[in-house]
Formats: sequence, C-alpha cells, structure tokens
Amino acid sequence: MTMSRLAAQPTEVLDRSTKLRFRWNGKRFDGFEGDTIASALAAAGEHVFSRSMKYHRPRGILTADYWDPNLMVQVGDDPNVRAGHRLLEAGMDVRPQNVWPSLHRDIKAANGLFGRFLTAGFYYKTFMRPAWLWPTYERVLATFAPGGKIDLDTPHRYHDKRYMHPDVVVAGAGPAGIEAALAAAAAGARVLLVEHEHAVGGHLRYSSSDSAQAVLAELRAALDASDVEVLTNSTVTGRYEDNWLGIVQRNHPIAVERLIKARAKVLVAAPGLIERPYVFSGNDRPGVITSGAARRLINLWGVKPGERAVVFTANSDGDAAAADLDRVGVEIAAVIDGREGKRVSSAQGSSRALEAVVAGGNRIEADLLVVAAGWTAPTSLLNMAGDRPVHDPDAARFFPSDPPGNVLATGGLAGDGRIDELRAHGAATGRLAARRAAAVAHRLQAMTARARPVDGDEPAWAPDDRTPLGRDPHPELYRSDTHGMVDFSEDVGSKDLVAAAHEGYDSVELAKRYTTSTMGPSQGKLETVNTVAAIAEARGETIAQVGTTVWRPPYAPLTLGALAGRVFEPVRVSSIHPWHEANGVSTIIAGQWFRPDHYGDPAAEVRNVRTNVGLIDVTPLGKLDLRGPDIPKLLNLLYTNKWSKLPIGKVRYGMMCAEDGVVLDDGVTGRLGEDHYLMTTTSSGAGSVWEWVENWLQTERPDWKVHVTPVTTAYVSINVAGPKARELVDRVTEGVDLSPEAFGYMEVRLATVAGVDGCFMWRIGFTGELSFEIHAPSGHGLHVWEALMDAGQDLGVGPFGLEGQRIMRLEKGHFIVGQDTDGLTLGPSTGLSPLIKLDKDDFAGLPELAWAADRSLPMIVAIQPDDPNVVPDEASQIVRGNTNEILGRITSARMSPTLGRSICLGQVEPELAAGGTKVTVLLTSGERVSATVMDHHAHFDPAGERLRG
Amino acid sequence: MLLVPCPNCGPRNSADLRYGGESHARPDPATATPQQWRGYLYLRDNPADWLRETWYCRSGCRRWFTLERNTATNEFRSPPVPGDKRGGKA
Repeated sequence: MTMSRLAAQPTEVLDRSTKLRFRWNGKRFDGFEGDTIASALAAAGEHVFSRSMKYHRPRGILTADYWDPNLMVQVGDDPNVRAGHRLLEAGMDVRPQNVWPSLHRDIKAANGLFGRFLTAGFYYKTFMRPAWLWPTYERVLATFAPGGKIDLDTPHRYHDKRYMHPDVVVAGAGPAGIEAALAAAAAGARVLLVEHEHAVGGHLRYSSSDSAQAVLAELRAALDASDVEVLTNSTVTGRYEDNWLGIVQRNHPIAVERLIKARAKVLVAAPGLIERPYVFSGNDRPGVITSGAARRLINLWGVKPGERAVVFTANSDGDAAAADLDRVGVEIAAVIDGREGKRVSSAQGSSRALEAVVAGGNRIEADLLVVAAGWTAPTSLLNMAGDRPVHDPDAARFFPSDPPGNVLATGGLAGDGRIDELRAHGAATGRLAARRAAAVAHRLQAMTARARPVDGDEPAWAPDDRTPLGRDPHPELYRSDTHGMVDFSEDVGSKDLVAAAHEGYDSVELAKRYTTSTMGPSQGKLETVNTVAAIAEARGETIAQVGTTVWRPPYAPLTLGALAGRVFEPVRVSSIHPWHEANGVSTIIAGQWFRPDHYGDPAAEVRNVRTNVGLIDVTPLGKLDLRGPDIPKLLNLLYTNKWSKLPIGKVRYGMMCAEDGVVLDDGVTGRLGEDHYLMTTTSSGAGSVWEWVENWLQTERPDWKVHVTPVTTAYVSINVAGPKARELVDRVTEGVDLSPEAFGYMEVRLATVAGVDGCFMWRIGFTGELSFEIHAPSGHGLHVWEALMDAGQDLGVGPFGLEGQRIMRLEKGHFIVGQDTDGLTLGPSTGLSPLIKLDKDDFAGLPELAWAADRSLPMIVAIQPDDPNVVPDEASQIVRGNTNEILGRITSARMSPTLGRSICLGQVEPELAAGGTKVTVLLTSGERVSATVMDHHAHFDPAGERLRG
Repeated sequence: MLLVPCPNCGPRNSADLRYGGESHARPDPATATPQQWRGYLYLRDNPADWLRETWYCRSGCRRWFTLERNTATNEFRSPPVPGDKRGGKA
C-alpha cells in the first residue's frame, strides 16, 4: 500500500497554504492545517503506526477516526493520543507506542510466531503458579504492556469544569442530530448540540456527492443562524440518573479539557453508526481499511489510500467508497459484493503490507482492501438510560427497545432512510424533545410549590408521534470462512473467543472478561458485535439469543485531568494564620482547616506551657450558639449527663452518643445567659454535630423552642494555658475578676479583651494546666493574639501547636473522639460511666447504654511501656503473650517531655483493664514489648490540682 | 445523580443533600425491647417500590424533610413533608 496526497478535493478540510512541520518516530514530516496526525503521516506514505498488544503485529490505519485502535501514539509527554482524531500541530513530537525496541524492528513480533500459545486466558493460566514468583512475572510482563509512557514530571495543566441546565442535549451532529437541535430550539428550548468530531455534519462531511454537500451547507447555515450552542470535538461520555450528563470538551481555548456536567431535561441520542470490521484471515494487515476510512482519507484530507484496490461491499457506503477510489485514480481490481453472498477469505502479504486478497477462491493482487461489512449501533447512551437494545438480524444490527421517555434516539441509531427521511425524523425528534422538556420543567417547578407556585396544569406528556424510520436489509457479515482478529486493541481473535466458549466461558459477559475482548481503548465500538457473533457461532445460537454486553460509561475515555477539573475545595484558616506563618509554623491539614502543628519544637512548647504560659489557636473548635427556653431539654437529650441545673456563668463537659450507644462527640457547653448557651464540639465534628442537633430539633422535637446558629468561624478561639495564664490574661482583660474565688474552674465570663468587646472566656483544662479559653470576634482575633503575645513577653509566653496540645492531653489521659474511640466504642468504654445518667427519661442512645451497663466492654486505659524509651506506633496491637490473639490496641502514643517517658492510651479487653495489669504490645517491627496498664487515665497530675489553681 | 426536590430550594443534586435513609419512627426508649430498638437502628425494608425517605438539605435551607421515592424508577411523588419521620412504606 502506498498512500499519497491527492490534488485538492472539494470537500477537504485542509488549509494547504499552512504547512505544519512535526516529528514522527524521530524523523521530520510535513502536514497541512486540518490534517490529523494520521492523515498527515498517511499522506507522507507511512503505513505502520503501531504494534499490536500481544503479538506485536504491525498495524496501519483501520478506521481513520477517533475509534481507530491502531493509531494510538505518544505526543510529547501525552500518552495514548488518538492519531486518527487529534489534529496536527506544528512542532509536535509524535512517537509510536508499544514498539520496543523500534517500530520497524520489533523483537516481540516473535510472539506472533507462537501466537497459538498466547490464547485466551494465557496469562491467567501461565503465571498463576507458583504464587511467590508473581512479582517477577509482573516485572517482566510490565515491559510488554501496551500504552504510552507517563512522564512523572509532566507539568500540571489547566483543566476546567462547567455546569449547565439545558432543556435538550443532542449527542451527535449528523443530519438528524442537527435537525433535532434546530427543531427543539425553534420550539423555544435551550439546546446544546455535542459533536464528537471536529465539525458538524456527520457522514455528510466525507460524502462527495453534490446533493450531500448542499444539505450540509444548508444545515450549517441554519445552525449558525440559530440559538443552538454547538460544541465540536466534544463527547457526551455518560448519561446518569435524571439525565445528568458528563460531556468532555476537548477544544476549549484555554483549558486542556473541560468537563461539562449538564442536567438535561431531555437527551437526544444521535451518535450515528460505527462501521464494523469484518473477521477474516489477515484482516488486521496494514492495507485493510473500512469504507469509512477510505472515504475520509480521500474526501477530508485528500489522501490517496492505495494504488490497486479490492472493495468488499455489502452496502451503499461501500459502493460510495468504490466510486471515490475510482474517481481519484485508484485502480479497482475487484468489487466483491457481500449482498450477493460473496465473501473475502484472506488478506495476504508480507508482515508489513498487503499483496493480495483471496475471495471466492481467487487470488487478486492489490495493495488496498476496503471493507464495508455493516454497522454497529453505538447504543451506549441508551444502555446507560436502562434500555436493552434488541438485535434485528434482517438489518444486522441492534436497535433501541424501550428507552425512558426523556431519552430519544434518532438518526442511524433509530433506523435507515434517505437523507430527507433522516432529517424529518430528526426534526420530529427535536419537536418532541422540546415538548417533553417543557413538561419536565413544569414538573420540576411543581415539585417545589412551597417555594415558587407554578401556574397551570402540567403539560401533557407528548406522545411519540414520529413517523418511524425504516430498516434497510443488510446481510449478516461478522466472520468469513476463515478466522481473524476481532478486537484489534486487545489482540483477541475469533479463535480465542471460540476457545473461551468451549472452555465454558460461553456467556458473553464472561467471555469478554476472560479474553478481554471489547475491553480496550475502543470501548467495544468496533468489537462488540463481532465478539457476540463469535460466541453465538460457537454456541450455535443467534446473536439475539446470546445477547450483548451492557455498554457502560464512559462512551469515550476521558482523562483523569478532565475528571479532576478545577478544585473548588475551600481552605480554611483562622484570622491569626498570618502570625503563625510569620513565626515559623509547621501546618497540619485537618479537614478543610490549615492548623498550626508546631513552631519547630513541640516538646519545648510543652515545657513552656508547663512552666510559663502558652497560646494555642483552636479556632476550628466547633461552636454552636443556642438560644431559647428549651435548651436544657435539648442538652439533656443530646448529652449523656444532666443539664437541667446548669447556672448562668458555668460550663460543663458532656459526651454525646449516637442512638446505637457509640461515642459521637464531646465538648463543653457553657451558659452565657438565661436562654443563651454556647456549645462546643470537636473540631472534626463541627459540621456533623450541627446536622445532628438540627435533626433532633426538626424531626423529633419540633415543638421545642431552640434556635441554633453555627458560630465556629464567627469567633477566633485562643487557649491561654500554663501556670502564668491568669497573670497574662489579667493584663489584657477589663471588667472581669479573674481571681480563683471569683472565676473558678469550669466557669464562663463575658469580657472585654485587649479592648475588644463581645468576647467570652471560660476556664477549662484540656492541657491539664490553668487555662483560659478566649473566644473573640473573628475580625479581632489577630489583634487579641498579638496583644497577649506582647503582654506576656516577660512571662515567657510562646505559641504552641496541635502537636504540643496532643502531647499534653495525652499526659492528662483525655481521649479524643475518633482517635481513641472508633465506630464500635460504646459510651462506658471511655471510663466516663458516671457521666451516663441512665435515670434520665430519654437521651440519644439511652436503651443501648442501659443494656451495655450490664456487660463488660473493652475499655480505654492509660498504658506505659515498661521500657520508657519505647514509643509504640499508634494502632500497634496488644496481644496475648507470644500468640497473635488480639486483646486491644494502642490508640495514642507519645514521648512525654514532662515525664521523660513514653505514654499511651489504648483500648483493651475488659480482662486487661485493671490498673497494674501487664500487657504485651506487638510493635510494627514485629518486636514484642511489655507494658503496664495504669490506675488512672492521667499519666500526669491525676488529681488535677494544676488546672484548678 | 438523582435530582431531589427540596421543598424550600427546589430540585437539587443529591450530592447537595445528606441522605437520611429510610425513615423510621423512633421507639419509646422507656419501653422499647432490644428487638424493637435494633430494628429501628439497623433493619430496613429496602423495597423495590415506593419508599419514604429522609433528606437533609445541607447545602441549602438546612432542613430535614421526608419524600417518597420509587426505588425501582427513582421517581419522587407527594409533596415533601418537613420533619416527618414516620416509618415504613407509604
């Protein structure tokens, strides 16, 4: 086969005045603006583009479009580029894939000689045993794996997302799709028309007939004059519930790709038909192409596909290809008419080029074999809507059966006809789509009548009054009298499928997975029907009996970049964050928050808090402002302990359990006024506890008068901790007597701090030190922090971070919900049974906690390794002696700067919970160390004298 | 992605809401047997039919509400009932 550039064709899409220079396989080539990578290379006489996956057979153009499995190339650092679709750009560095050591000298082509040993399931069967050799197998096989090279240093490129709410989305801009879009828009619908190729027109684009070109010009002009939004080089990749559509746009001017998420009221599927390869010996030899490929090469890119051609045709497209070939001077050696029962048996030649075609026992010399054996209906979008297409043997393809009413098919998917019939069906589909979209819009609005009353009754659901398209008879042509390739991307032949069926994998879904047929980059568009046909033949049944695989999203592959898109995840920082950054903070990401972890030396921060005074920014602490007369009832319901008699000015600690008795959250809540409380939650529970509170108030106790306002970010929260905390806070606070007699432990005061009104502070003790937690209006947070820092210079004030706080709370044995508890930790396991008041009438989880009170449960205990220098990894198992029987685990472990030894919290089986029990900790290194369960949770100051001072 | 009709905000993507699951009446904690309580906690009818479910419009009005959905077709029916948590099938 020798391809070459023809004189300018009237239908071509080239700008021959703009030459594009690029590299292929290390050599320089030229193409024109408008070329695809493949058309430019074909015009330059290249005919081997890749090697097949398993047998490393040379592969040339097959379909010359997006689906062409043989045209996967690497462009720069971009692997798996479809050269049949990607437009040529100047300076492209295009390289072949899967061709070690080179495209033309391929050592692994030897696989082809041994092809009969690489049959279906070869890898499964061969590399199963011994299992310990698998890493070696994997390493060797990986070098044989297909696909391009991923450059780990590829710069991050810009991807984007867009959200749309169109009335009608039309997938496919052939004549029927364009008419559907125009008709829907004319009826008042907002319409998005999505075309996979680079221009609208479908098969009209590569039809050389004058009438087809006249229709195309008319449709283009009508689109230009319409309100239809047209996206070319874009694909509707998926249809999900309620017509939620994924659309990938590949020609965005700025973004590499843009993922569009569209909620369409009606989807029109008009993807046209995809030409199906024919299975016979040598059907994957370079020089064997589809009729569509021949017509596209000639009419779109002015490429002469060969010199002497055999045309195997079973339909009018094959006839048109023969006419195109003849017109541009390709010698037609033979036309073999499939409608007359004639068949092609084999394509022969060297490994790299076609030399002859055998048909009907005759050998015909040729360098090109053009095949028009029939169509595959890409019913993917209908499948995704729940439709199960039905095979019609008379037309030799699948047709829609019963898609939901908001998904309509038109064009080749729906049937055959003259161009005017296809256009009329498209227009009728568009009108129907617009009417149904109006009904859907009315229904959506009516569903929210409370918010926005809707006038009038819902429009009647428009009946499908379209004149159905006919179905042209087509011979069933799947496999000839020889065996050949079925899945070109996965190198699966018809023999492999027959073998799989005989081995028992005779369900099409099983055979697909066993042989990997249809699972390659073409996503079954070329291979599915021939796969099903091969299985049907092996089973002696019809295609309708065998059924087909379900086509799932995506319709066409999309990149991870497109899926990731632009990241809208917000980052939250407190208003003190600039100070942290200016003072050497090391941040830790906690949910959406960036929090200070430490400022260089967490152990030093701990020592400073224990001897002087430190400040920590605990702004992410969840804060809910509660107002109303029924707050005590609410607190009694949510917390396990009692809240009826909390006086104004006091705070209390509480633990929340879920209805199954599992610890949900904990925190302190203070009473600021008669009907005004502030509840705090854990930082990670800020959102979920708020939802939990709302759930109770809205659904179980709607009559209670409590208003909840989340104020987590309305206040900056600063914990001032250490023996000198009172002295420091006193220097910046007005109007509050801070003496222990006037402001005791677990009390709350409204205050003016550093001149800022509206602050409140309470005395609590997570760190175990005397501490004042100041909550200041957010806008003044940085000022309050800096004022405290300035005022405490002579007291040795310094910041401490989350790590220091975690060390100190562990020294005090305070558990953290979610760290020391898990999804099975019942309330009593925390050791806080006295706070679970089973005599209350009701609270969340009461029955489970009442039943749990009689059982012995795993317990949270303080543990100290007997070797004070051993700090077990968190989640180290506690085991029985030298066995692997698990009796618990370490949930928190740190080296205590205060005690100079390692300290832990852990969960253990009840038998180990008593103080003084010796346990065995299995370190992640495999070493076993002994440790002792302590009498108290607190490793340090168990009496709590420091924090009450 | 399901389109869920929020009574206050209109149709919204299900990702904008929290799914509260099949709605269940809460037994009286004073009298509930373990079997009744655990039925409330864990047992769901999961019918291929109309089902009463709770949703929380967490990205919008912050209201919990109840809807009936046909789990076989994902069709919603009946006006949403704010706060309603009565159990079982409609």
